[in-house]
Formats: sequence, structure tokens, C-alpha cells
Amino acid sequence: MNKNREPAATTLLIGTKKGAWCLTLGSDRQLRQLTGPMHLGAVVSHYVEDPRRPGYQLMAVGSGHLGPSVFVSTDAGETWRESTQPPAFAPVGSTARAVDHVFWLTPGHASQPDVWYAGTSPQGLFRSNDGGMSWQEVVGLNHLAEFVDWRGGDKDGTPDGPKLHSVIVDPTDARHLLIGMSSGGIFESHDEGGTWRPLNKGVAMDFYPPKEDGSEYEYGHDPHCVVMHPVHSNRLYHQNHCGIYRMDRDKGETWQRIGDNMPVEIGDIGFPMLVHPRDPETIWVFPMDGSGQWPRTSPQGKPAVYRSHDGGMSWQRLDKGFPVSQAWWTVKRQCMAVDSHDQTGVYLGTTNGQIWGSFDGGDSWQGLAMDLPQIYSVEVAERAE
Amino acid sequence: MNITVTLPSQLDDYTGAQRHLVLSLPVNTLTLAGVLDALELKFPGLRFRVVDEHQRIRRHIAMFVGETLVHDLTVPVPDGGRIQIVGALSGG
Repeated sequence: MNKNREPAATTLLIGTKKGAWCLTLGSDRQLRQLTGPMHLGAVVSHYVEDPRRPGYQLMAVGSGHLGPSVFVSTDAGETWRESTQPPAFAPVGSTARAVDHVFWLTPGHASQPDVWYAGTSPQGLFRSNDGGMSWQEVVGLNHLAEFVDWRGGDKDGTPDGPKLHSVIVDPTDARHLLIGMSSGGIFESHDEGGTWRPLNKGVAMDFYPPKEDGSEYEYGHDPHCVVMHPVHSNRLYHQNHCGIYRMDRDKGETWQRIGDNMPVEIGDIGFPMLVHPRDPETIWVFPMDGSGQWPRTSPQGKPAVYRSHDGGMSWQRLDKGFPVSQAWWTVKRQCMAVDSHDQTGVYLGTTNGQIWGSFDGGDSWQGLAMDLPQIYSVEVAERAE
Repeated sequence: MNITVTLPSQLDDYTGAQRHLVLSLPVNTLTLAGVLDALELKFPGLRFRVVDEHQRIRRHIAMFVGETLVHDLTVPVPDGGRIQIVGALSGG
């Protein structure tokens, strides 16, 4: 074990339907403290620490009454300043969309320390060049003529609004960006957002009629969560409304449905997806019930994480510590996170306000906080000290 | 012109919990948009919290001029008028 790599403290940044909290674990993985609430009463869709600048945090804060905003902290959440220019749409032709909420926050490339990206509902991509204090539209996407077709109409969104999520900045190339849209699909840019193209080959789209000529739809898909391995950036995964997929960019541009290797009685529907920080073959998902009326609960009321050590060719059920029955919660798309410990910590937040942690890569689970509001996001911040 | 303004608790973070105030504005005519401009000067950030980027009153915000619920910012406001901004009853 490389002891030098082990962080001294791990903090979970928790966004909920009613505010935000921080849960801190010591190097011994013991719970040190649960602090909060911050922004009590507001919807916190995403709460993220900047890996380039420890203690620098952004929070996507929304309110049913007061609309969308972004708050910035330079002292690890002790104090907050509101963005002076939150994400907002300019009219495009006769369309005048308004941002309902900021849904996703992603720090920019390591070489651009003040850059952040934000994804919104309805779908839009924004960029900040000043650490999140002011935001500008990525017009290469938001104002693109085809964007209207890509993002679809009112019936193509999630129940609480269509979303742009999974904003990925390729760690090996600051100009290479990927996004997911629910709905819309996965799109990528190789010029820092100037131009975009769909990246959806091989992905099922069961909610649309098959094309009569047998060809695939180029866009209109519903990716729930897209991840790129932080070291081996050619390896992509995504959890879709219609299955779990993997792509190796150095071998082609067609997604392979690795969810077909999941147990049939569980299926391969879910929201979150994680990849191990060092091993691109190790991934985690949290399946939900996508049968019948799509109850979006744990299948049979028995929560379980599924893990693969071979890039999705086989899966192991991991439910030790979770309730064995009558537990009908599930996990939203930005509510699973992983730390960098040698004994990997995996964390998840549930729709009934619980935070669960595993300190053995998912083999066993323990409750860390059980009485928070509905969890909307979980991210990890680590301190070397 | 003197305008009486009543603000909701949802805006406390912007107003320092000031719920009632009288604006004295050096103008002869005034619309609701003008009142919001004056409030923005006094409480930076407030305007975008109640009106979106296309000058539409946010879905769960209600604005009254006197006793009349209004739906856009072009409504005239008389000298001595009352403005009330309300966090609409919504959600759970």
C-alpha cells in the first residue's frame, strides 16, 4: 500500500432537495462530523470542490421561488458569495428559454484554473472564466441550429425538466469536451465547445419507433450518466435509460451494451455510474426498477450496488449492509462518488435522505447519515494535509 | 413619487430581512419594471431572483400593484401606490 497517497481526510459534499451538508471522515474512515445545513430550503443540485484549488467550491443552488444561481466559496463552505452573473439564455430566433435550474457543475482543465462549466435545465451549456462568478453561454452549442432537434421538445425531458449533465473535460486535452443530455444523447466537441457532433452509435432508443430503413437514430437518446476514465481517457462508460454501455475510443466509436451481462431479473437500468480512479476496468452502478410503470426504485425493494472488475463483462452483486427487503429507495445520477484510497471508498446518497459508505470497494456498506432530505448529489473532496 | 413595497421572506438573504420599505423616486411616471430597477440598486441580485432573463415574472413569484395581480412589468404604478411581491404557494 502506498501510504503517501492516502488522504488525511475525506469530505463528502452533499446536495439535497432542502440545502447542503458536509460529512467528514478521518484517515481512519471514522465519521468526524456532519456540518450544515447551508442554503437551507434551497434545492442544491450539485456541490463540487475544485481539485485544482483545495477549499474552492461551487454550489448549484435553486429555489422553487427564486430561480437558478451558483454560489462560490473560497473557504471550503464556511462562507458563500453569489455569482454576479448566473447562467441565463439569450433569445435564439423566436425562442426565449429561461434557465430553470443549474443542474451540473464541472471544473475545467488543469491548465485553465479559473474555468468551470455548468449544465442547466432546460438543456444549456455555460462556461465561467472567473471561477464561477460570472457565466457565459457556450454559443457553439446553445445557439447551434441543430440544437433544437438534438434536445427535443417538451415530451423529451425528465419529470422535473430536461437536463444537460455529465459535462466532461478530457484530462489529456482541454479542448475535448463531452456532454450528456436527457434527452438528446451524448455529444462531443474537439474545439472547446465551438462545434459539436453526436456520439450515440450503438445505443438503444426503446422509447422511439424503429426507423423503417433499419438505421440508427443519430440523437434523441437518454444517457443518464456519462463517465470518462481520468487516466485512460479513451475508456468511456455510460448508464443510459436503455442500458449500460462502454466505448473504447481507440477501437471505434460504437457503444457496446455491457448491461447485457447483468442478471436478467435486475436489468441494466439506473442513473449513476462510477469508474475507479486508477483501474479503468472497475466500475459501479446502482440498478433501479425500469419495468412496467418505471417505479424507479431498487428492484424488488432490495438495494444493491453492482460492480465489475472486467469492464462490464461480468458483474457482482454488492448488498452486504443494505436493508434486505422493503427498502424502496434509489440513487440519482450525481449521487455516487468514489475516493482515491487504496481501499477504495464508495459513497452513495439516496432518494430518502441517507448517505451510505463502503470502505472496501463496495463489498460491504454502512450508513453514515440517515436523516437528511432527499439527496441530489454526492461528491468527494480530499485533503492531503 | 413614493411607492410602498412589501417583500417576501424568500428574499431575506438579499434584503437583510427588510420586508417593508418606501421608495422615493425622482420620476413623474413609473412602471413595475422601474420599481424593480430601484429595488435592484438597493438590494443587488434581487431582480434576477423574481424576474427571469427575458423579463418574465418567475413562475412561483406573484406581484401585486395595489390589489391587482399583474403578469408583466409594463404595468404603471401610481404615486403613492403599493407593490407587494409574494412567494406563491407552491411545492411541498
